[in-house]
Formats: sequence, C-alpha cells, structure tokens
Amino acid sequence: MSAFVGTAALAIALGLTVYGVVASVAGARSRNAAMVESARTTAYSVFALAAAANAAMFAALLSDDFSVRYVAENSSVATPTFFKVLALWSADEGSLLLWNLVLTGFLAAVAFTFRARRPETFPWAMAAMYAVAAFYLLLVLGPTTPFATLDPVPVDGRGPLPLLQNHPLMAAHPPFLYLGFIGFTVPFGFAVAALATGRLGDDWMRITRRWTLLAWVFLTVGLLLGALWSYGVLGWGGYWAWDPVENVALLPWLTATAFVHSVIVQERRGMLKVWNLALVVATFALTVLATFLTRGSILASVHTFAQSIVGPMYLGFLALVLVVGFGLIAWRRDALRPEARVDTPLSREAAFLGNNVLLVVVTLIVLVGTIYPLLAEALTSDRVSVGAPYFNRNTAPVVLLLLFLMGIGPLLPWRAASAASLVRRLQGPAWTAAGAAVLVAVGGGGPTAIVVFSLAAFAAAATTAEMIRGVRAQRRAGASSWRVAAAGAVRRNARLYGGMVAHLGVVVALVGVSWAAFADRSGELGLATGERGRVGAYELRLDSIEERREAHRRVIESHVTVFDAEDGDEIALLHPSLNLYPASSEPIGTPSLRVGTPWNGLRDLYLSLVSVEADGSAASFRFYGNPGIGLLWAGGVVIALGGLLAALPGRRKAGPSAVPAVPSERREEVRV
Amino acid sequence: MSDELGEERGTAGAPNPYSRRAVALAVVLVPVLAFTLLLASGLGRDPSERPDPVAATPAPAFSLPKLGGGERITSASMRGQVVVVNFWASWCIPCRQEHPALLRAWERYRERGVVFVGVNFEDTEEAALAYAEEQGGDWPLVTDPGSRTAIDFGVFGVPETFVVAPDGTIVAKEIGAVSYEWLITEIDSALRRGGSA
Repeated sequence: MSAFVGTAALAIALGLTVYGVVASVAGARSRNAAMVESARTTAYSVFALAAAANAAMFAALLSDDFSVRYVAENSSVATPTFFKVLALWSADEGSLLLWNLVLTGFLAAVAFTFRARRPETFPWAMAAMYAVAAFYLLLVLGPTTPFATLDPVPVDGRGPLPLLQNHPLMAAHPPFLYLGFIGFTVPFGFAVAALATGRLGDDWMRITRRWTLLAWVFLTVGLLLGALWSYGVLGWGGYWAWDPVENVALLPWLTATAFVHSVIVQERRGMLKVWNLALVVATFALTVLATFLTRGSILASVHTFAQSIVGPMYLGFLALVLVVGFGLIAWRRDALRPEARVDTPLSREAAFLGNNVLLVVVTLIVLVGTIYPLLAEALTSDRVSVGAPYFNRNTAPVVLLLLFLMGIGPLLPWRAASAASLVRRLQGPAWTAAGAAVLVAVGGGGPTAIVVFSLAAFAAAATTAEMIRGVRAQRRAGASSWRVAAAGAVRRNARLYGGMVAHLGVVVALVGVSWAAFADRSGELGLATGERGRVGAYELRLDSIEERREAHRRVIESHVTVFDAEDGDEIALLHPSLNLYPASSEPIGTPSLRVGTPWNGLRDLYLSLVSVEADGSAASFRFYGNPGIGLLWAGGVVIALGGLLAALPGRRKAGPSAVPAVPSERREEVRV
Repeated sequence: MSDELGEERGTAGAPNPYSRRAVALAVVLVPVLAFTLLLASGLGRDPSERPDPVAATPAPAFSLPKLGGGERITSASMRGQVVVVNFWASWCIPCRQEHPALLRAWERYRERGVVFVGVNFEDTEEAALAYAEEQGGDWPLVTDPGSRTAIDFGVFGVPETFVVAPDGTIVAKEIGAVSYEWLITEIDSALRRGGSA
C-alpha cells in the first residue's frame, strides 16, 4: 500500500514539474500571466506530493512494513522508534526522498514568496528550479527505487547501519546539510533566469540575498553538526578528517562564503558581475558534484552509499549545470562589464576581492586534493591517496591570510582610504595583537601559535572596534542610552552587524581549532579492573566493566575515574562503551566526554574504549585531553546567528537619524 | 537600465559578436568537458580497492632528522638495500599491534642488507621517544617535519608500510597493521628482485 502511494505520488510530481517547466517558459514567452500563475501554484501540488511520498515511507518504517525493501534493509522490529524515523535518510534511496521533499519545499516557498510581487525573471527562475526538481524526481523513479517491494516478505528487517543508529545527532546533520545544499538552487535559478532573459542588473542578487544567506547558515550548521557527530561518535578524538565527502560538502560552503561577500561589492560599486554569477553557478555545481561523489561511489569514504547505477546520471546533470551556467555567462559576457574598477589596494572593495580570491584558492586546494586520486589514476593508472597533512599544510596559510583580511577589511572605507585614518584605526587592533603575541610567547607557544593567536586577536579587536564605532555614532546622534544606541545601530544596519558577529564567531572557532591542534594530545593505555594508569597530567582508574543487553544491541560499558595526577583530586567519571549490533561483526564505540568549560580550562576529557578482554577483567583505552574544541562549537553557533542577523529584513529607516559614520546599505550608483 | 544599455553595447557595438561569443563559449566548454571526462573516468572505479602493490613506482627521496636529534637519514644512502619504510605514531593503536611483527622481521633481516626506517607521523617528539623506549627495536627512527615525506608517500593514516627494492622502487605497500608473514614475503621478494637485477 505505502509502496503504491509513494511511487504514484512521485510519478505525478515528476509529471507536474515537467508541466511547471513548460508552462513557466511558455507563459513567460507569450506574456500569458494566467499560465505563469498556473506554473507558480503547481509548486504547491508538487510539494504536497513529495510530502505524501515521504509520509508513505514514514508509515512503512513505523509499521514495520518489510514488504518495502528499503524498510527491510534499513529498519527492524527491534529498532527504536527514534531510529526508525531516522532510517528515512540513513541510506541512499530514502535520503533522496528527503532531498526531494526539501527541494520541492524550496520551490513552494519561492512560489509563495512571489505570489503578489513578481519580478520579470520569476517564471524563468521557476522553470530552472522545476528542471532541477524534475531531475531529482526522475532519480527516485527508476535509477533508484525507494519503494521497491520484496516477495516473499521477510519476517524482520536488517536494521539501520550501526554507525548511524549510534547517536541522535544523525537526526539533525543530514536535514541541515540538505537545507543548505538545496537552498542554493534558488540563487542558481534566479541567476540562470537573469542570464537567460538578459536582465543582468542587481535584481537577481537582491531577490536571492536572503535565500542565499539562509542556505549558507543551514550549510554552516550542517557542516558543524557533521563535525560534532564525528567527534561524538567516531571515537578518534577529532572532528574533521579531510574525508572526501567532508571535503565536497565544504566546497560549496567556501564558494558560497565568497559569494555572500562579493555581492556587497557588486551592490556598492557595480563590480564583479561575472564573478558573482560564476560563484553562484559554481556553488550550485559543487553541491551536485558533492552528491555525485557521495552517491556515485567514486571516492572511498565512510560516507559513500552503496554501489548504485546513478553515477552517470549525476555526472550528466553536473555537466549540464556547468554547460548551461558557465555557457550563459560566456554568452552574456559583453553585458556584464564592470561599472567601476578597484582604485587602490587600500579600499574595502580590494579587501573583499582579496577575500574572494583566497576563498577560491582554498576551494581549489581542497578540490584538487579531493579529486587528485582520480586525476592520477586517469593519467598514470597509479592509485594514490591524499591525506590530512596535504590539506592542513596547504590550507592553513591561506586561512591565516583570510583572518588578516577579515580584520583589516572593515577598517577600510570604500574606494580609497587615507593612510592617516587607516593608521589611526589600526592602532587599537595592532596593540591587541602585540599583547596576544606576548601572552602566547610567555605561555610557551611556538612561532606558529604566536602568529595564529595574534592574528585572531587582531581580527577580533578590529571587528569589535568597528561594531562599537557604529554604536557610538548612534549615541552621538541622540540615542538616549548605550542600549538604545546599540539596538539602533544593529537595526539600521543588520547586514553589517550580522557580518561582524559572524566574523567574531569565525575568530572564536579558529582559536578553538588552533588551540586543539597545537595542544599535545594524549595517548592510550591498558588497565585491569581497579588499576590506575597515568596519561599526561591525568591518572585514570578503571572501576568496572559492565555488560547489558538493549533491544537492538549489546552494550559493554566501562566506568573510569579520572584524577588530577598532581594533587590526586577526582576530576571526572567517564563511561565509554562498545556497542555490538546484530548486523555487524565490528563493535561500534561510544566515546565518553567531560565537556570543557571556562572553569576547567576549556579542556575536553575524551575517552574511547578500544577493546575489552574476553573475561571482562581488563580493557584498553584511548584518552585525549582536547582543549578548546568547545570554542569551535560556540564559534559555529555565533557564525550562524550572525548569518541570521544579516538575513533579517533591513529596517534602516526606523533608526534615529542619519549617521554618516555607519556605511549606509543604500546602493550608491557609482559609475565610472 | 544600464544593463539594457550594456546589452546593446554587447550585441550591436562589437564588430563580430558571434565569433567572439563562440570563443568565449569554447573557453568555458572545453574545461567543462575535460572535467566531466575526468570524473567519468572514475565511474567504473571500485573505491575500496587497494593500490596494486606490484605497480612499481620510484620511492620518493627523503632526508629526515633522527628522532631525538643526531644525523639525518637519507634515502640516497640506502640505495642498493631493501628498505622497509614504516609510518607510525605513538597515539596509533594498530602501530602497537604490528610492532612485534616489525621486531621479529628486523631481527631476521638486519644482517642481510635490509634496512628499516620508522617515520614518525603527526606526533610529538616526547611521546614518540617514550613509545620507542617502551616498544623496543633499534632500527632508525626519524621525524617528518611538516609531514612532507608522508605527503610524498601518499600516506592516508598510520600505520602504513612500504617495501622499497634495492633499485629504489616501491614494491609493496600495506595500509594498516602489517603481519610478520606479509613482511617476510615482501622482503624476500624484494631481495630476490635485487639479486636478479
């Protein structure tokens, strides 16, 4: 029953998206408003049908309907309900259903947003988005078959992959990642529409600014949740392994980050038009590349879904996106002349340009490292692998340059800075950086640590000073209190303040990442029950090992007390475990974590159970004293909040009076 | 408005807009085609397949400082011998598991023109020295500042072990802990190869 409902809903949805493409284009060409309106409202039906298909799969999962093969392969009677729900996206076919739900959701949201005000490019953008939706709906109607049935019907299912049913974070990571990935379909659609119609003004950017920012925030959160999952589940004490699929998810984030910066330059100075369109096309293409590499079984990774025949389809779609996107940009090249040039490197547009070039350089470093094994094999038939050292070594210097630009950029005015004012504004941040350098040096940090932390201090100080400057201006302009002034400043220029907040978040996250990287991570030890052993500044005592049976797994849990090796104080109780699932011979570990707080030096105590003696008398552990990782999560939250703040509708008119010191967001028509 | 102007400029102002557009299109489409073909080459690939151990490639040259100070160990000085390059770290559990196999193989071959080199990977000198002390074995251990040599060898994680023939080509590679049997098989075959060369 569910299988029939699901397949039928998907098939009708595919038909409607094809209608959406045709009606949008025909309506736009013949200026037939009724036809465009019909194409627009069709998006609601498509969304409802995709929701119905997902609901059918939910129903099958929750009712243990093992006649549906996907249910039999990814769920079982004993699977807890929570993980049955998660099974919807724990394998290839199901996650494509979720993908379609999100994609058609964006379609419906765009259709709703433009129900009254309809820009000229709207029908073309709808056509482009319908075309993308048609591709993904086609994928679940043949190349993959989420609703394939089994006969005879098995009595029980295999259950989800153990790794995926080990942690609740798996509930949030994929949906956020999808919201981010798929969200870039909207700016892509409007960019293609602008190129197709030749309406190449800034309209497409203004229309999609908030969509792009929201997609960027979702992707940021999705990446962080993935890192958090890796840290909390995989037990290797780290959060980012430069795994190919981590890399390909990072790539669109990098180009999108470049884009949210470079649009500002186009809006203010009419420059970088080709660049912006190229970034939007590249971002969307990179999301397709990510799906291709993840689901096409091209590169080895913990993420790769089962072998599937959809690889060539993704590749064809990717080629189509690249040809249409970049082909249209080449076609419209003449209409995309810049209206101004960068006058001097001492200007904000130059800083933005530098930021963009560096972000694209990071993108290329990661892209090349990720697909280099393919390239080497194609050319020399050698199999090579590129590991974490390549990525760390090559991206770190570029990221440091970005950090520097992030600090200095907001201090530079548009067009040209006077050296005197720049020097004046640089003083505070420079002294802060010098202070940080001294502190790190006194604290025993090496030259690299000194550079990293003083640059971070510089960027943080410059950003804070810039934020305070706006608030001061409000106060001078007559705000009754500092609180009112701050609220006014933020309200008047939510975008600038959102950006500054996000920058502070980046500094916090980078400090955390660097701190953890510079710190000495501890080792491993074997302990018999009751025995104590020393790791670094800590002493661990194995108190007991217990085994218990849960519905869907067997859990071997150890109880370990951590002491301060110096004064013998008890610091924490940790209980890492190994979980044995029926479907898997390898045990899956669950590390145990004492989360770092400002009161314990932000040091995570992270303990993984590696193995247990058969008689339960002894066990071996891996122990990490990770400082600063909490700052990565905190910084990530701040980045996301900054992004949301920047996406808030601007209410500049609502502030007190005009304040010249705060750059107005109003577009200045600079024509050279 | 300026955009419509821009478009007119583009189509009417240029002498031959179509040939220029063709060039621009070619500039875009050729790289797209090349990139697509590259990705297509990976379609039939089994990503879990291990590198072919007998695919003889020259071992990257290296010159690395000894762990704990002292002279440098260079790949050039070991030409003519079978070299077993083992990447390890003190924090790596499988490295501990494979250590007895390395010890046994080392004792068996050390007088027979076989050199072992342990390259410490992403580790601290202090922890690495403590590990070496605890585990035993007196083959040369080196540090790899900046992981340059690890990058050259394409090391993905530790342990990884390479057997280099006397002529300087890699004849075997193992990802993960090595066994004593694997070591003697590969070292013997590398010795035979050296003998016949």
